[in-house]
Amino acid sequence: MRARDLFGEGTPFAGLAESHLEVLARAAREVSFAEGQRLFEEGAPAVGCWVVRRGCVAVDTVLPGQAPGVVQTLGPGQVVGWSWLVPPYRWHFGAVAVTPTLAVELDTEQLRAWAEHDPSFGYPVAMTLLATLLERLQATRARLLDLYGRPHER
Amino acid sequence: MSGDPLLPLPYVVTDRAPETDDTVTLRLKPVRLTIPRLRPGQFTMLYVRGVGEIPISISGNLSVVDGSLTHTVREVGAVSRALCAAPVGTVIGVRGPFGTGWDLPSACDTDVLVVAGGLGLAPLRPVVLAALAQRWRYRRLILVVGARTPDDLLYRRELDEWARREDMAVVLTVDRPTQGWRGQVGFVTEPLSWLALDPSATTAFLCGPEPMMRFCASALLRRGILAGQIRLSLERNMQCGLGQCGHCQLGPLLVCWDGPVVNYAAVGALLTIKEL
Amino acid sequence: MEILDRDGLNHLVDSLLATGHRVIGPTVRDSAIVLDELSGGAQLPDGWGVEVAPGSYRLRRREDMAVFAHSAGPQSWKQFVHPARRKLWQTDRDGEYVPAEEDRTPLAFLGVRGCDLAALGILGQVLGDGPRPLVIAANCTEPGGLCFCSSMGTGPAAGPGYDLVLTELLDPHRFLVEVGTPRGARALLPVPRRSARGPEVASARSQVASATGRMGRVMPEVDLRTLLRDSSAAQRWNDVAQRCLTCGNCTMVCPTCFCTSTEDVTDLTGQHAERWQHWVSCFEIDFSHLHGGSVRTSAASRYRQWLTHKLSSWYDQFGSSGCVGCGRCIGWCPVGIDITEEAAALAAERSGSDARA
Repeated sequence: MRARDLFGEGTPFAGLAESHLEVLARAAREVSFAEGQRLFEEGAPAVGCWVVRRGCVAVDTVLPGQAPGVVQTLGPGQVVGWSWLVPPYRWHFGAVAVTPTLAVELDTEQLRAWAEHDPSFGYPVAMTLLATLLERLQATRARLLDLYGRPHER
Repeated sequence: MSGDPLLPLPYVVTDRAPETDDTVTLRLKPVRLTIPRLRPGQFTMLYVRGVGEIPISISGNLSVVDGSLTHTVREVGAVSRALCAAPVGTVIGVRGPFGTGWDLPSACDTDVLVVAGGLGLAPLRPVVLAALAQRWRYRRLILVVGARTPDDLLYRRELDEWARREDMAVVLTVDRPTQGWRGQVGFVTEPLSWLALDPSATTAFLCGPEPMMRFCASALLRRGILAGQIRLSLERNMQCGLGQCGHCQLGPLLVCWDGPVVNYAAVGALLTIKEL
Repeated sequence: MEILDRDGLNHLVDSLLATGHRVIGPTVRDSAIVLDELSGGAQLPDGWGVEVAPGSYRLRRREDMAVFAHSAGPQSWKQFVHPARRKLWQTDRDGEYVPAEEDRTPLAFLGVRGCDLAALGILGQVLGDGPRPLVIAANCTEPGGLCFCSSMGTGPAAGPGYDLVLTELLDPHRFLVEVGTPRGARALLPVPRRSARGPEVASARSQVASATGRMGRVMPEVDLRTLLRDSSAAQRWNDVAQRCLTCGNCTMVCPTCFCTSTEDVTDLTGQHAERWQHWVSCFEIDFSHLHGGSVRTSAASRYRQWLTHKLSSWYDQFGSSGCVGCGRCIGWCPVGIDITEEAAALAAERSGSDARA
């Protein structure tokens, strides 16, 4: 599959140069998850990063005596998994496929090695991920506002 | 029809359907005379005897022929509490219609993207109903609804019906899921970043708390949708509905007159001026 | 053009009363020149003038017997076309809404200055034109210390919209009358008068013209509409907020401030309900109330709203400035905030920031 098909329109990487997409594609493979299948467990070593192509992934956390608490769901084009980027490289939350899900999985060990070796590749990739992360942070902050609550309860 | 726009006409509550624990949908039937027909996005002033009067957007199907009105009301103050509690048979004073509409027909031959947050779905429901009634006029119809929890979603049964339709896409997202929730979890801006959109031919209709609309507009601008293709419905203190009482000013706008539905290109900069 | 003497003015009042008008004009009451219903021309404030300054208004005896040589008083004509409190409707158990009965007596306004005539036009633009009062304007020959109508283009000569306009001349005391409308001409018909002589007309013209240079205040010569539109983040708002008491006096005395609230009342049985409308001020906290709180809580934001509306967004909403330069807001501000000074400070701040940019 061509790099553009993997990381094209609707993914955070769409803005990267063709040459960088080619490199990215060499670390990528398509994977699928059945409904209910875990991508990763909270606390486990963080390896891998996924761009959802179809389906839906929930980010969750363990709650004693309850089903895992879902903090967020991620759909097509969205990135799942950040903890591989920074030490201590352990998953902070878990992730599970809510519906049958197709994703592009990145070999993050490779990616990190290439990025460290060649900042002219690493920097735009990191900036792309940062932009996505910022959007996620802003949405989370918006949710903290509890805008739909009754005004006097907020 | 009444000649004096300050004079209410008596309507009677013919149906009362609770939507959530603090929100009720009322159906009002004219006792005798009817106000002129509303367009989606417009509002009426509803008066409860001896309590007061508040602006409420129309939330129902506007193609009904008996002149009846549908309003969805959330109890946040004295008048809305009285409206929510009004049993079938209560006489309500109605003035209107007031303000600008969503002008759905101008979105003809574009994708219609409807984004609602919380009670914001109520004024947008007539847009969805009108688009479905003349489905061939529009390209894709996408509805994104955000709510605090699944229990806070309005028109739950209708949303499920719409979600099953082939000719529209429905994305429901909540801030806080409850057990058994199968939809999205996240702020209503998030689907806007991943939904397949055609920025050059999309008309967006936003309604919800003002910050939510601002954030959604930003998300849509990032996707390449122009400010002029984004419409939103504003809320301010409105008492007359005629641009004469002065309460609803937002900078140069009289929201009851120039709005409530306005173009984001015209108001985007105003919305971030503190205490305007 | 014709000349009325002082008795002629009384005749004019009498004949308006005789034709069923409620005649409103200036008269002395409570140490002020107020606007009130007149029962005769003798109630006019012959020989009274005023001394005005920021936060100050005092009557003074004049050396002459001029009737219209006093600048704007605590009231404006607004109260007669847009009452401070009025009933809109009532409803009883039958559920019908019955509009309040309006007093249909024709009004005649005597002594309306250019600023106030412009204000009446602006109010009509905002509220829609009701029954038009007969307007007998008075060209201004003696502007006060707070006047700046020439900056706002509304005076000292009264603009269009009058039925008759008077220019007061002294030594001997008389009035040049000009007819604006056929209605004005009809009102003048029964009144004894004579033709004006050339020098009288010239003298009247020159006194009005010279009044332009005797204004106590002046607005900065900038595009106020743009200035205010672009000054939402000015530091000056914080400065004025240190002084402003948010009392709303400026809005009450302003001849164009039109904002109202409605009030729903019932009797104890709940059988009878009424709706009333009354003046309110954008300086009130509740004015911008939305469920959850008010939009404008700080004094800075409320003063900004008032001034920006008056000088800028009024154009967007109603096609003109909302300020006519009468100076009332300066005189009745308890701390003497001066709209012309604030506008000048904003202009200075703006040009300063432009210079830096």
